[in-house]
Amino acid sequence: MDIAASILVAVMMAATPLLLAALGELITEKAGVLNLGIEGMMLVGAVCAFAVAYKTGNAYFGVVAGALAGVTLAAFFALLVLVLLTNQVATGLALTLFGIGLSALIGKGLVGQPIPRLPLLSIPGISDLPVVGPLLFGHDLLVYLSLALTFLAHRIITRTRLGLTLRAVGESPHVAHGLGLSVRRVQLSAILIGGALSGLGGAYLSLAYTPMWAENMTSGRGWIALALVVFGTWRPLRMLAGAYLFGAMTLAQLHLQGLGVPIPSQFLSMLPYLATILVLVLMSRDAVRIKLNAPAALGKSFHPDR
Amino acid sequence: MPPKAGVILAKRGFRLRLEARTETPRWLIYATPLLALALTVLSGAGLFALLGVDPLRALYGFFIEPISDLYGWTELGVKAIPLALIALGLSLGFRANVWNIGAEGQLTIGAICAGGVALALWNSGGWWSLPLMALAGLCGGIAYAAIPALLRTQFNANEILTSLMLTYVAQLFLSYLVTGPLRDPDGFNFPQSRPFDADALMPPVLEGFRLHWGLLAVAVAAVAAQAVLTRSLLGYRLTVTGLAPAAARFAGFSAPGIIWTCLLIGGGCAGLAGMLEVAGPIGQLMPTVSPGYGFTAIIVAFLGRLNPLGICVAALVLALSYIGSEAAQVTLKLSASVGTVFQGLLLFFVLACDLLLLYRIRRE
Repeated sequence: MDIAASILVAVMMAATPLLLAALGELITEKAGVLNLGIEGMMLVGAVCAFAVAYKTGNAYFGVVAGALAGVTLAAFFALLVLVLLTNQVATGLALTLFGIGLSALIGKGLVGQPIPRLPLLSIPGISDLPVVGPLLFGHDLLVYLSLALTFLAHRIITRTRLGLTLRAVGESPHVAHGLGLSVRRVQLSAILIGGALSGLGGAYLSLAYTPMWAENMTSGRGWIALALVVFGTWRPLRMLAGAYLFGAMTLAQLHLQGLGVPIPSQFLSMLPYLATILVLVLMSRDAVRIKLNAPAALGKSFHPDR
Repeated sequence: MPPKAGVILAKRGFRLRLEARTETPRWLIYATPLLALALTVLSGAGLFALLGVDPLRALYGFFIEPISDLYGWTELGVKAIPLALIALGLSLGFRANVWNIGAEGQLTIGAICAGGVALALWNSGGWWSLPLMALAGLCGGIAYAAIPALLRTQFNANEILTSLMLTYVAQLFLSYLVTGPLRDPDGFNFPQSRPFDADALMPPVLEGFRLHWGLLAVAVAAVAAQAVLTRSLLGYRLTVTGLAPAAARFAGFSAPGIIWTCLLIGGGCAGLAGMLEVAGPIGQLMPTVSPGYGFTAIIVAFLGRLNPLGICVAALVLALSYIGSEAAQVTLKLSASVGTVFQGLLLFFVLACDLLLLYRIRRE
């Protein structure tokens, strides 16, 4: 039983960075903005979190730095797509390229340095209980935060006026504008929240999942997060299931490599990417369902004069 | 009072607002990429200052010193060949809003196919080795790009994500090949293939330099792209599909047909670029056959305004970012990633400057 519990804990750890980044992208996309720069924001978040944790010796400062780094890059993206009305796809790609370069530049002297891991919030007594202890009470702050934010996002999007505003902007910015809603302000907020969550996802990687910094350490997780949004058909709770499924697969793949299965390690490493393609194909096959669930104005620039 | 629509800056009676242009002046189309370049160099100077390097010295070391002799210029050509070739292929798709982001993977598969031919013909090739390798590279790239095309047209799966995921798969496959079946038997277990024999290597343009006749492929591709864009129905279809998808549907242009065409052309060009890399400057299969040419080519395509001639010029500019960062590593002790930062900044500025084409900034 203890083995099962430790596997589940590891699954949750592998899923958390994906969940945080995907949740950020979901909120951004709900406002009708497609940000393909998640990979870049995660990387810069990861390296800033690591650098601050390394300098201060406190992983919590690192968490804050990671989120702020994500917000900063997202603000840059927002300036381009909202004010200068650039193409969202191309701008997102630029953000990813920029983030890859910038993170490598910042992290040049940090490769291989040790940092304190993000502490586990264990409660003496309860956390030591078999199975239930580590599974429910033995995680770090970001694991709980990712879950809480997912449920909160679900609640806000489906049950509140704020969620309605967000969805209205994403479905038809022109109608929302006509109703007197500030389209640009809603989209800006969504982009910044998306940046913060991507930055947190990156911070989780460099502070908790593998407490170290390596160039390109996200290895495509930002893009997998984008696919998870489609997998969840733009619904937070389904996306949560998707993220944990992917976490489980990442873990299975790592364990197969560790067990010395006679399959070259490169083929096992391909699995998450192939699974992403498979998931996209399965979910997108029904064009009507995608059309019904995807925000109608996704990826289109909005300017009231046009 | 809510802010007035379209206001981009409002401060103490000073307001800037955007006004849609009815017509774009012709000179502006050429001026905006230059403006973007100037802004990139300026922010580059700022970046160098932040890194504690004298900006003027750094800009000189990054942009001018590397191309101050003939060797520098030929190396510029070496890097510009794959960039231009891939960007020419991608630009057709970008015109029609088909986003092939996986050129890096298609390049890798092209390199694998061409390398496979070269190794199979090792010491038994002839004049036909290179054409055969080019064909293999081309077909490899096309076949690999066919996967996202099929998934998009049959299953509605987003080609941005599928082509990108396939890039990781291709790179892992290459890594497997050079550590396993294709590893050099006399190579002391290094993860690389046998060096190709002389028949499988591109002849240099100038003896003693690495610049090779892949230049011809770029020239042919550029002329072909120009012809397709300006003289063919296909070019017209691509443009209409990109600018007005509804009109394209109404005109009966097949949407799946456009997607297939764009992805296959892009894949073919990337595959050929992969062949030219392994038969040219690299000369064998290695775990990494490209320093991100497939991604940088996206920037090349935009800087060149998706125009074939513009792309060829833009390829030289982006090639300089590679050579400059290599030089900066040696002379200025800077990280090679400075080049990537520049590339990202350049794309930001190119996109931002496009605003001037569609809108006029008015002071109220």
